[in-house]
Amino acid sequence: MSAKRISRREALKAAGIVVGAGIAGLSPRPPVPSGLRQLVYAAPSGGTPLRIGFQVHRTGIGAVYGRWWERTAAAAATYINEKGGMAGRQVRLVGEDDGTDPARGAIAVEKLASEDKVDLIFGTLFSNVVIGSAPRAGELKIPYLVVSEGYHVASGKMNRYCFQPGITDVRAQLTAISSWIVNNLGRKITLIYPDYAFGYDHRDFWAKGATRLGATVQALIPIPPTETSFTKYFSRIPADTEVLYHVMVGPGVPTFVKELGEYFGSKRPQLFGFIDSLEGVDLASPGLDFLEGTHFWEAFPRYAGGYNTSFERTYRERIGVNASGASVRDPKDVSTYSHMFGVWETLFVIKQTIEQSGYKRPGPKDYRAFIETLERFQTFSEGIGHPQGPKKFVGKIHQAFGQQFISRVDGKKLKVVHKTKIEDSLYSPEADYTKQPL
Amino acid sequence: MRRDHRSAILGVHWALILALVGLQVVVPPFHHTLLARIMVLAAYAIGYNLLLGYTGLMSLGHAMFFAAGMYGAGLPLFYLGVGAPQAFLLGIAASLLLSVVIGTLTLRTSGVSFLIVTMMFAQVFYLSTLYFNRITLGDQGFVLAGHLPPISLGALRVTLSDPVMRYNLALATFAVCLGISLWLVQSPIGRVLVAIRENEDRTQMLGYNTFAYKLLALTISAAIAGFSGSVYAVITSYVGASFAAILYSIYPLVWTLLGGSGTVLGPFVGTAVMTYTIETASRFTSSYLIVVGVILVALVMRFPAGIVGAFRRRWAPWLP
Amino acid sequence: MTLEGRLVLALLEGTVTGCILALTALGLSMVFGVMRIVNVAHGEFFMLGAVSAWYVTSTTSSFGLALIAAPVFVAAVAVLVNWVILRPIRYEPQATIVATIGLLYIIQQVVLSIYGPYARTVAPPFYFRIDFPWFGYSGYKLAVAGLAAALLWAIWRVVSTTTLGLYMRATQQDQEMAQAFGVPVHRIFAVAFALGAALAGLAGALIIPIQPAHYLMGLDALLASFTVVIVGGLGSLGGTLAAAFLIGLSDGIVSVFFSPTLARIVSTALVALVLVVRSGGLFGTESA
Repeated sequence: MSAKRISRREALKAAGIVVGAGIAGLSPRPPVPSGLRQLVYAAPSGGTPLRIGFQVHRTGIGAVYGRWWERTAAAAATYINEKGGMAGRQVRLVGEDDGTDPARGAIAVEKLASEDKVDLIFGTLFSNVVIGSAPRAGELKIPYLVVSEGYHVASGKMNRYCFQPGITDVRAQLTAISSWIVNNLGRKITLIYPDYAFGYDHRDFWAKGATRLGATVQALIPIPPTETSFTKYFSRIPADTEVLYHVMVGPGVPTFVKELGEYFGSKRPQLFGFIDSLEGVDLASPGLDFLEGTHFWEAFPRYAGGYNTSFERTYRERIGVNASGASVRDPKDVSTYSHMFGVWETLFVIKQTIEQSGYKRPGPKDYRAFIETLERFQTFSEGIGHPQGPKKFVGKIHQAFGQQFISRVDGKKLKVVHKTKIEDSLYSPEADYTKQPL
Repeated sequence: MRRDHRSAILGVHWALILALVGLQVVVPPFHHTLLARIMVLAAYAIGYNLLLGYTGLMSLGHAMFFAAGMYGAGLPLFYLGVGAPQAFLLGIAASLLLSVVIGTLTLRTSGVSFLIVTMMFAQVFYLSTLYFNRITLGDQGFVLAGHLPPISLGALRVTLSDPVMRYNLALATFAVCLGISLWLVQSPIGRVLVAIRENEDRTQMLGYNTFAYKLLALTISAAIAGFSGSVYAVITSYVGASFAAILYSIYPLVWTLLGGSGTVLGPFVGTAVMTYTIETASRFTSSYLIVVGVILVALVMRFPAGIVGAFRRRWAPWLP
Repeated sequence: MTLEGRLVLALLEGTVTGCILALTALGLSMVFGVMRIVNVAHGEFFMLGAVSAWYVTSTTSSFGLALIAAPVFVAAVAVLVNWVILRPIRYEPQATIVATIGLLYIIQQVVLSIYGPYARTVAPPFYFRIDFPWFGYSGYKLAVAGLAAALLWAIWRVVSTTTLGLYMRATQQDQEMAQAFGVPVHRIFAVAFALGAALAGLAGALIIPIQPAHYLMGLDALLASFTVVIVGGLGSLGGTLAAAFLIGLSDGIVSVFFSPTLARIVSTALVALVLVVRSGGLFGTESA
């Protein structure tokens, strides 16, 4: 190896880079917020701004959701600020990328809490990141509101600082819709799900609940998270299966659906999918004609008119989503409509809690007030703060419950065919956070 | 020549340890925890470097040893409620056992074959943590908080979630691994390893059982990786399959090469520089990976032997 | 489904996988074989081929144009990388690994910023479904396999009959000796790197009607093609091809009989054991 000799000047320069990076890393944040990390909305007025930490998947496999998460959060914060802010204080979002990685998620929590000294943190989506990050929030004793859908918050396995007030969880979703599936599509079910956390929630629900519903799970096909081609697994689908139940996440999703179509052709079992399989993907994409006539669970109907209220229309407009669920600026940029509303609603829950609890600044006393107030909520009314629909909140398990939708693909669009009531989705709580010390 | 510099060598390494001891008093809380992580991960890189820099074997599968330590410590903590010291021992034992098996299989190969084979066995390990997800809880992982009983140090009872305790546990781990590394590379064993790196056939012809030495290097390297893995699980309070994935095999490789393979201090420097580069860059832009990539390329073009390697070449050839 | 049906499915899938894998691996074999460097960003060239092909197809509606434009674009990037990064560090193995890891970050983030985090496909240039007694299969997939096979044959001809191929083989066998014989080694390096990248880019482009283009798709391609090159044995293009098919087929067949994750475990372990037993690879003519 014959690198040229390094002159002293070059070594000093390099040392300078390293030390400079170190100093930049160690120095306190400048008092005036700057840089692209902070999303600033409206000039501050009336009291110091509220700094809300926003843990988001800007990179990694969750990046599609992350992108829409940021748009939704920005739109919500702007709207809230326009209407006077929270308790008269303007909202500033402080974003932090966690790379959709559990270890980095914990570091993001630390950064937001210790360095940026935010008032509270919200936003995490992927289950494994939530599970990796929540303990840190619990140790740092800062409220941590996730938008994740996983059953982990409601299961009681997180800590008392952890809430999920803006989106419903998988167990509730399945409790609400499983009887519709069995009664309308068939009793012999094959489950195709991703071989990790979120997928297990689906598997475990059916494992416990199938017999009660009069259904049988004929086959389980857990697919590794990074799989890109699925045809080889389809031979495991029993020939006499009535319902093919699929929930897939990740970049392999369009392939999955396409290959399913090629494999079965026109003689196929009934299909029931979760819209997760198609979030961010255009229904009119090549190869998806196979989905015509099949059904999907949606949390919030992607196509305008599926849930037509003035609140939904305002919400859709403020975020910048067109009638087909894609960005108004780029019709090819399809949104994650059934999930991102959780971000919007969570910010409004934060607003309501802050105003009702008298929260002023980070600290044990104010946090206790915040948490106890939030735990006492029993409902969130439908409105601009909750465009997806009214919510029931169960303080014991820190989880919100809401209505669910089932849609059918009709002419390359999704049309709602069934809407469940909140009560259909309730299950008895398995834990009680309110008994835990803070 | 080494004898003359023995005090200088010890001095440099002790200076680093003492600096790290002192830093905990002055740095703000976020950096406090970040440094704790860096120290544990640097210990991992030190273990990795024993194989790469000193024995000349590049593995792309060390994540399996790191994760074996994590699960080896984490599973008993979570399910059986053992204490932390026992958990560390179990973690080290797990990775030792694994490395003996893997080493026996893979050390028949060398060079790029070794690279690929270790990568594949690590992949098998990762997929197994996913396959047995009813126990390991797979990708989603499990939380150790609440399962860590306090440790009694004489009259003192310390909880492991205390930041000071955490930092010093990380520091102790790092110091121990640094010490082992420093001792090993200067010992006769270390010199045989270097001889194997330089020319294995010749070393064999001199009468050394190179397979045994390579296996020894691999097991020590894996034990250190497992130890750092179990400590990492305890200080972050989280165990998950993502630590067994290929990314955690690539990290120690980058950290070591950046800092300087074949130097004792290199792994620490590499880990610290990379971590702080990422943290600093992400402060200014959401496209920070570009900055990180550019800096990585620039640093390696300027210091092909690594940062410490270049320093050593120019100013301190006696540095191990 | 009956056993024959499953095996036919496995055979088909394995062949298609094997062909794409062979193309990517061939590119890597060229780079690694001739230049003796590990290009950790090789998978990113595959991804760049997919993404650029997607752009060309979406804007011009011509997939054929994309098949030409994508490899050319990727080759251009490779030439730049070679010039700016690899030559100055003199292809030193360990430094190249770090530099190409940095390159990997850069390429991934640039694509994320410009193309976005989405996974997007294009319509196949022609579509027909072949009906087997047990299942349906995409005709385009088989066409891809055929095209890949044709390309592989063409590369084989180039390597074995042209002067360029001769120079490349000479450089691969003994760089110093080749240089002594007047082979312009550094220019061969540049050509090999560009050609290797172009092959990966072409494979990426071919695949987008089947699988979506996504900014993280490179890592899998890298690991798979590396495995193929090593298992096939260095210095043997035929070995690379054989290994690609073997690995593609075994993956397909094992998946038929085991649950997905277990199938992956079994097939990975099997391949690893092959390497343990024959450390030079199946057809290796030289040591790694």
